[in-house]
Amino acid sequence: MNTVLKKSMSIAALVAMTFASSHVLAADKIIAIDGSSTVYPITEAMAEEFQKVSKVKVTVGESGTGSGFKKFCRGETDISDASRPIAQKEIDACKEAGVQYIELPIAFDALTVVVNAKNDWVKSLSVAELNSMWKPGSSVKNWKQVNPAYPDKALALYGPGTASGTFDYFTEAINGKAKASRTDFTPSEDDNVLVQGVSGNAGGLAYFGYAYYEANKDKLRAIPIIAKAGAPAVMPSPESVKNASYQPLARPLFIYVNATAAAFKPEVKAFVNFYLENAPKLVAEVKYVPLPTEDYVAVKEHFKAMKPGTGFGGKNEVGVKIKDLINRIK
Amino acid sequence: MAQQDSQGTSPPAHASTLGNLTAVREMIQRHKRSDIVFASIGLLALMLGLLTLLTLFIDLVMDGYPRFNLQFFSDYPSRRAGSAGLLSAWVGSVLVMSITFLTAVPVGVGAAVYLEEYAPKNWFSDLIEINVSNLAGVPSIIYGLLALGLFVYGLGLGQSIVTAGLTLGLLILPIVIVSTREAIRGIPVAIREAAYAVGATKWQVVSDHVVKYSQGGILTGVIIGMSRAIGETAPIITIGALTFIAFLPPSPITEVAPYLNFEWLSSGFTVLPIQMFNWLSRPDHAFHTNAAATGAIIIVVTLLMNGTAIYLRYQIRKNIKW
Repeated sequence: MNTVLKKSMSIAALVAMTFASSHVLAADKIIAIDGSSTVYPITEAMAEEFQKVSKVKVTVGESGTGSGFKKFCRGETDISDASRPIAQKEIDACKEAGVQYIELPIAFDALTVVVNAKNDWVKSLSVAELNSMWKPGSSVKNWKQVNPAYPDKALALYGPGTASGTFDYFTEAINGKAKASRTDFTPSEDDNVLVQGVSGNAGGLAYFGYAYYEANKDKLRAIPIIAKAGAPAVMPSPESVKNASYQPLARPLFIYVNATAAAFKPEVKAFVNFYLENAPKLVAEVKYVPLPTEDYVAVKEHFKAMKPGTGFGGKNEVGVKIKDLINRIK
Repeated sequence: MAQQDSQGTSPPAHASTLGNLTAVREMIQRHKRSDIVFASIGLLALMLGLLTLLTLFIDLVMDGYPRFNLQFFSDYPSRRAGSAGLLSAWVGSVLVMSITFLTAVPVGVGAAVYLEEYAPKNWFSDLIEINVSNLAGVPSIIYGLLALGLFVYGLGLGQSIVTAGLTLGLLILPIVIVSTREAIRGIPVAIREAAYAVGATKWQVVSDHVVKYSQGGILTGVIIGMSRAIGETAPIITIGALTFIAFLPPSPITEVAPYLNFEWLSSGFTVLPIQMFNWLSRPDHAFHTNAAATGAIIIVVTLLMNGTAIYLRYQIRKNIKW
């Protein structure tokens, strides 16, 4: 009846045929991974390398830590990337669905406080000073209010959106309670927007993952952090995170492995082992901080023992040591 | 003139004409001036839109220039910006769009023909009409949420190509329906009456005349809808599209009988705007080049689709002989 429409339909069909050269393998083995967009670059690197040595197919999504856990607890994914420990309501959801998980810390991320490159007055910031800037209801609007020695310059705050795991961790570490923050800052889910904001405003200040600072060193300056009164100011760097002197803004990143999949799907087990084996090299390559070697040994042991559960009990915790964490589950 | 009036004599005819003429000329001048002013404002408004788009496009092309090569289209995503490509994304986009096309067009055209030609004109069809027009303005994320509940979990279709295709199909359905109805309304009543006069049935009138002559308009609506669908990210992410996928869905064509394979429908996938979104949010600037290149490609594809629509409409109109 409709020649042109018919013609266009056959064109669509033809286009669909152009990639017909791809192979058809019945019942391909697929490892499904979803979760945090912060952890995504690490898992992507692992999936890319793993598929070079194995025929198993790995897919990675980045719908966020929360959405990732939703799918994970429905049993839709084998592994969930997470930039924070599993929360109580996710623990409950997994329990209800009968999904057990193995919690594996795989790297560190150093939340980095940055200012504009032209800002020459701030040499370091203490947790108390950061708290005065970021606490809920804070009225600090000028650098002079942070420290009388600083110039009379408007303070412009930029930070990740409230749905982000980075926001949760920073508020927990600085304000003592996750999600407790002043609300009159410029939020963005895209860290590159925060970079733009601070690099365009001499009085700007922001916090985000170390990788974004590393890529924009020419426009931004990282601030050394004083953990508590009397402690030295520590610059964020792979070394200071590894030797645990950069506190309290170094946070562990995790993967959660479905315990049933780990036990009964050999490809999942092989992938996780590959992940932990190659983490020191690949984590550094995508600009995150690898765990100390002995921690990877402990994490590998932990995976081998297949002990399900979380070491956090549904709450986030600042400055927890990897070994303590694993020992809690044992 | 005031002097003449005070003397009580009527002004000479020629003076009045002359006076009127000057007034008329002035009026014409004035109107011409406002014409020029309005034309300039209109041109300015047009330029504002066009130049903004052009600047954006040129900027994208300049930023993405280093990545315009065949390898970019034949590589899978990678953690290294230089070897990351669009293969799984463009294949995913093509497959999803073909499902969208195959579902939205028959359903949309069918619904429009029914509403225009068969449905009784009463409050109920008015209600449907208002709803269809309203649906065209619903934010796309809402369609994503609907699809997550209905297709992914309700019908158990999973996070698959068929789910994404159906979601985008729903999204563009109102566009297809509205533009098809517009096209059908453009067919002169005389054509239908002539067909009825020679004894055609309703179906013959609809299939041989109404739909045939409105093909151009229908096609325009379909392609505008498809151009919208190809750039959509939000609903696709909501239903659970992947970001890293380094293999293609199973081929729809096989070498052995029955030569057709529908496994690809349930395969995981990624699409062009998702790759662009991912690359744009990376810290490494080299990935931003990839994102710019992908943006330029999406714009070119959209332009090509719209261009095709205009060309086909022209061809169809040319061939209509009443």
